[in-house]
Amino acid sequence: MLNGTPKEISERKALRINPAKTCQPIGAMYAALGVHRCMPHSHGSQGCCSYHRTLLSRHFKEPAMATTSSFTEGASVFGGGSNLKTAAKNIFEIYDPDIIAVHTTCLSETIGDDIRTYISQMEIPEGKFVVHTNTPSYVGSHITGFSNMICGFINYLSKSTGVKNGKAALIPGFVNPGDMREIKRIASLLGVDYTMLPDTSGVLDAPMTGKFDMYPKGGTKIADIIGLGDCDYSVGLGEFASAAGVALLDKKCKVKGNIMGLPIGIEATDRFVMELTKQTKGEVPYELEEERGQLVDIMIDSHPYFHNKKVAIFGDPDTVIGLAEFAASIGMIPRFCITGTPGEMFNQRMSDVFERHNIDGIAKPAADLFELHQMLKNEKVDLLMGGTHGKYIARAEDLPFVRIGFPITDRYIHSYLPIVGYRGAIRILEMILNALMDRQDRDAADQDLELVM
Amino acid sequence: MDLEKTLERLLDNYPAKVYKNRKAHVLEKTSDDELLEVAANARTIPGIISSRGCCYAGCKGVVVGPTNDIVTITHGPIGCGYYSWLTRRNKAVARGDNKTDFIQYCFSTDMQESDIVFGGVKKLTQAVQEAYDIFHPKAICICATCPVGLIGDDINAVASSMTEKLGIKVIAFSCEGYKGVSQSAGHHIANNQLMKYVVGTGERKVGKYAINILGEYNIGGDAWEVERVLKKIGYEIISTFTGDGSIDDYSCAHKASLNLVQCHRSINYIAEMLKTKYGTDWVKVNFIGVKSMSKALRDIALYFGDPELSERTEQVIAEEVADIEDRMDYYKKRLTGKTAALYVGGSRAHHYQLLLKELGISTIMAGYEFAHRDDYEGREVISSIKVDADSKNIETITVEPDESKFHVYLSKEQYESLKDKIPLDYYAGLIKEMDKGALIIDDLNHYETEQILNYLKPDIFFSGVKDKFVAQKNGVLSRQLHSYDYSGPYAGFKGAVNFARDVDMGIYSPTWKFAVAPWKKSTVLEGNLTGGEE
Repeated sequence: MLNGTPKEISERKALRINPAKTCQPIGAMYAALGVHRCMPHSHGSQGCCSYHRTLLSRHFKEPAMATTSSFTEGASVFGGGSNLKTAAKNIFEIYDPDIIAVHTTCLSETIGDDIRTYISQMEIPEGKFVVHTNTPSYVGSHITGFSNMICGFINYLSKSTGVKNGKAALIPGFVNPGDMREIKRIASLLGVDYTMLPDTSGVLDAPMTGKFDMYPKGGTKIADIIGLGDCDYSVGLGEFASAAGVALLDKKCKVKGNIMGLPIGIEATDRFVMELTKQTKGEVPYELEEERGQLVDIMIDSHPYFHNKKVAIFGDPDTVIGLAEFAASIGMIPRFCITGTPGEMFNQRMSDVFERHNIDGIAKPAADLFELHQMLKNEKVDLLMGGTHGKYIARAEDLPFVRIGFPITDRYIHSYLPIVGYRGAIRILEMILNALMDRQDRDAADQDLELVM
Repeated sequence: MDLEKTLERLLDNYPAKVYKNRKAHVLEKTSDDELLEVAANARTIPGIISSRGCCYAGCKGVVVGPTNDIVTITHGPIGCGYYSWLTRRNKAVARGDNKTDFIQYCFSTDMQESDIVFGGVKKLTQAVQEAYDIFHPKAICICATCPVGLIGDDINAVASSMTEKLGIKVIAFSCEGYKGVSQSAGHHIANNQLMKYVVGTGERKVGKYAINILGEYNIGGDAWEVERVLKKIGYEIISTFTGDGSIDDYSCAHKASLNLVQCHRSINYIAEMLKTKYGTDWVKVNFIGVKSMSKALRDIALYFGDPELSERTEQVIAEEVADIEDRMDYYKKRLTGKTAALYVGGSRAHHYQLLLKELGISTIMAGYEFAHRDDYEGREVISSIKVDADSKNIETITVEPDESKFHVYLSKEQYESLKDKIPLDYYAGLIKEMDKGALIIDDLNHYETEQILNYLKPDIFFSGVKDKFVAQKNGVLSRQLHSYDYSGPYAGFKGAVNFARDVDMGIYSPTWKFAVAPWKKSTVLEGNLTGGEE
């Protein structure tokens, strides 16, 4: 497995090998699927749309509906305006969404298509909307695209009427529907009235009913996106994915916000709960206290199995930061933490985690899995955590592996269950313990196999 | 089922222009004599939810990608390389000195904004150098993505200068995603470059029954299963294009006496060029299904005209069939009477119908995603296909006979007499083998898929992952015929049983019957309400 990967690390200036990121448009598509009765639209070659829908379906095991401008060579030369206008007309007539969310691709960005002008020239049916965002694939990553699409919705729709609506604007970060449900549950338990944008729960974990529904029950309602401008305050979870949305709401509608990390692990969840409590000036209900207490109970009881274990973590920046902090806070050593997404902020946040927990760790943004693999060849760790692509490294180096983050294409159910909140932390801990303890069992001699652990 | 009504429903809700366009892609086979013309290989209408991919996907993803002993660098932003990394299930085994299977790797120039503004040639050149320094591959392929052509990066110049510098083959594929109307353009571009730069450059001593397998991508191990049987009979397989493929093997492809063409759409260009340049005949085979596989083996033996080979062929067929007969009968009993709709690729919608028929399942609708008219109607229509603006831009290369390497296996007389017995240099297409009353739909889109599911109500919908969960949410079993739902092999004798087992499992899974909650059912009604059966 991965036999060509040498131990010796050589500097690469041009060649990316085994990326730990993908391109912006898929993030925009995912965000747009989190708006109720929205059709994500990919303005580019049809291959982009096909690839994005495919990966989303492989991760969620759900339909991922989206349309494309189906560029031809001619459109690439003369501009994609006519393609986009034809597309919008057909989409409204055939698929009847309430809103079309256009994102661009490297193709339409390179030729300089002016989407805002095209949209202004469209005949949009009464009561329907078309919004857009620019997601050139050669900038940032899928996380940037997710963040940009959120801004696209706010840009076009959110309005401040001058009368506050008493709600919180929650931006959940690039997480699974299961996480979005959990964030909403925690907010509700704390008595927070909120609008969450986007909200893919009820869309990409829609139930089996015997009837396919192009627009399932879930997703943020358009009226609520408009109402974001009247929210009392906003909370963005995950800086990389949510900070831009929080900043835009402040700039456009004067909704003050707080940007936090994803509530992964005990410390980050505590901060999230404290922040919401500060806003509501209410009490934390027993139900949450109980969950937190259960988590701590489990952490203490099982610590011999993970204490001082070295872990390598890869994936999306906000997720990696959260996981690294959680690992550090329970006594593990997050030794190598990499993300494919570029951004110096990753180093700052990771340094903060390392310093607070006195960890000798290495963090790197804009890195790839080839480099991570080489690091692990030079220094062995006890556990690898990240998306499915990590399984090749895990096999090559015979490492226990926990699948977490995006994408996970070779397992089921992961997107239904949270990794955020106290319950999510319990789930992460269960996955870590199972991986480490299964390994201990596997490696034990017959006489050392333990019935009770 | 009321087909006319279904056809009406299928198209009636479309806006006028879409209706007019789509009407030419949707046909009903009413008789065996009628000549049907399918509006294939045409643009997808903007805004329509199509399953189609792009030119890059056809070139890098389908044809070049499965080659496992070379480095293939995607020149572009990160997405294209990322999505085509390990996702097509073309299995491969590591070979070479360092035992590296390069399919496990994704190589990309990960173009950034500055590369788009100032050009990506420098970065690409550097990337090729770095790939060489780290891996020392025997060849490096470069596949272009949309922005590369738009900003005018001369990847061919990079390829030729790096070929000279490194002393290995560096081959550029200008397969920008916007070219053509589907993956098909990419197949053609890949075929051209492999023919120009690889085939004919190697030398190898070959035996009497040397063959190439063309258009077999080893999804789920299909090529391995087919090769196993062919070797058992006594054939020498020089190369397989391109499943578990090796560039060394491709380079000697001209040494074969016969080429077997499995996926006609994606590889017929190479088959034709091998014929023109080296004199090698090709025969259309279908390795899917017991009958088709047996026929293919018999046709190949007929070509070589050696009674001993034919005898050995019959022996192997008998052995292989005896091994699976009972299980095939078992599944046939359980599956007879079911109906299927197939929407896949450029050959599979044809190939699998015959296996389904063997299992007692009738195909009520079939369509291709990226085929041309000849894949539907047979190669006889090629001369009458109008070349439109989108196809014109795809290079067609002409090859001349290579006198030093030209070799003809059959005499003129033998060729003429065989032509009527086996599909020699000929593909009859999908339509001729379809049942009367079945629908043919080209570039089937989401809306039409929903109509098919709702009104034709097939028991199984064979398609890809983008449709799979749509069908299953509608209570209809869907199996992916691109990826085999991570199962396989499905080709050959043993593969037919795997396929039957998987379909049977899907139909009879008890999980379906829970789709409707008990409180949603009337208290007096009991029984099955969805796709599953007990």
